[in-house]
Amino acid sequence: MTMATRILYCNCTYAQVVPKEVKEAVLKSLCESGVAFDAVADLCEMSARQDPALKRLTDGGAIKIAACYPRAVKWLFSAAGAPLPIEGTEILNMRIQKSEEVVTSLLDPNLKPNLPSGKATQPTPAELPVTTA
Amino acid sequence: MSLKDQTAVRIVLYEGSGSQPLEPADRFAAMTALLEKGFSVTRAGREGQVAPADRSSLFVLGRFDEGKLPQVEDAAGQVHIRFQDIAGLDATRVTEMVEAFRAETNSVKHGEWKPWFPVIDYDRCTNCMQCLSFCLFGVYGVDQGQKIQVQNNDNCKTNCPACSRVCPEAAIMFPKYRAGPINGDVVSDTDLQREKMKVDISALLGGDIYQMLRDRSEKAKSRFSKERDSDKALKERQKCLVKLAQMGDIPMEVLMSLPAPEEIQRRAQEAAAKAQAALAK
Ligand code: SF4
Ligand code: SF4
Repeated sequence: MTMATRILYCNCTYAQVVPKEVKEAVLKSLCESGVAFDAVADLCEMSARQDPALKRLTDGGAIKIAACYPRAVKWLFSAAGAPLPIEGTEILNMRIQKSEEVVTSLLDPNLKPNLPSGKATQPTPAELPVTTA
Repeated sequence: MSLKDQTAVRIVLYEGSGSQPLEPADRFAAMTALLEKGFSVTRAGREGQVAPADRSSLFVLGRFDEGKLPQVEDAAGQVHIRFQDIAGLDATRVTEMVEAFRAETNSVKHGEWKPWFPVIDYDRCTNCMQCLSFCLFGVYGVDQGQKIQVQNNDNCKTNCPACSRVCPEAAIMFPKYRAGPINGDVVSDTDLQREKMKVDISALLGGDIYQMLRDRSEKAKSRFSKERDSDKALKERQKCLVKLAQMGDIPMEVLMSLPAPEEIQRRAQEAAAKAQAALAK
């Protein structure tokens, strides 16, 4: 656990891939919580522009990011020359997670690093072990 | 496209000592309005940590005690810092002030381009250069170590994820795409099988895609030359392109904007030569 974990919220302004109600609820909860945080309009735009601000966001240790798929976020930062620390980054995925889940994780002082590393591939359902009820 | 010569404004919603915190609803309204206009906003309060300062111009907004603005400047004179009391101002007015500051500091204007471009997952990429040989718009290149790179992301055709279809490793993502694994979702074995089948869009289309496009265009051309009714000719062209679009997930607008057949051939050869040269080193 570290109290120094920072929070970053991505508003995905230039696309409609993150459900509006999820991103709004997450931002609203952050605004109501009283906690300090950084918010950016669109990490994709920043990465495409090689925005040096991404470096500022990765500097300074552990970070929790509310955005989209961890694999996408990892390589967006990397493409802009600002790789995220593998052991110090937790990504919350607003494309598929519920807003309550995202907010709880963001405000939880414990960091659960989850950046993918290596060539992970999910097995097909047929390859999964059979579970009996 | 890159921010080498321009910086972006960083807005700080300051609610620390010497100021009164905003009402949560006002904070949310201001944040939302600024983010929708493309700005980055830091909410700095009495608790928690935020990203450190850098070269960005700072516009610090707050409800300062008795309206007194802090007197701070960058000793090195590199960073523009401005304080603004926003007591009693609504989100629209706040956004107007920020926009005026952006223009004054000649900082970057956001939202003029939809950020649609490929992002490579280097954990998966094998540097096979299929993407480089495939793309006709010069999006890909190689770095000094002959490693594949996205070099001209603003050349990328909005909403076209075609190159991700030719990557045998499902290593090319478009984070704003609707479905996985192209959107960055975990790659499954099933996806890989599917992607392998598409390794060569050529196989999918029963031949070299560019050859096919050339043939189609040639046929279409000869038809068009006999065609008097330009509306009908356009319909013909659309019909044949729709078929391609359905097969290869290539947006119509992209197919419609493809260059002339000879130019396609020239660019395809150029890209293939670049890829071969990189692989030979
Ligand atoms: S990183 Fe994800 S959430 Fe953020 S702008 Fe890009 S696609 Fe949207
Ligand atoms: S096609 Fe895929 S694996 Fe091959 S170089 Fe491009 S990104 Fe890498």
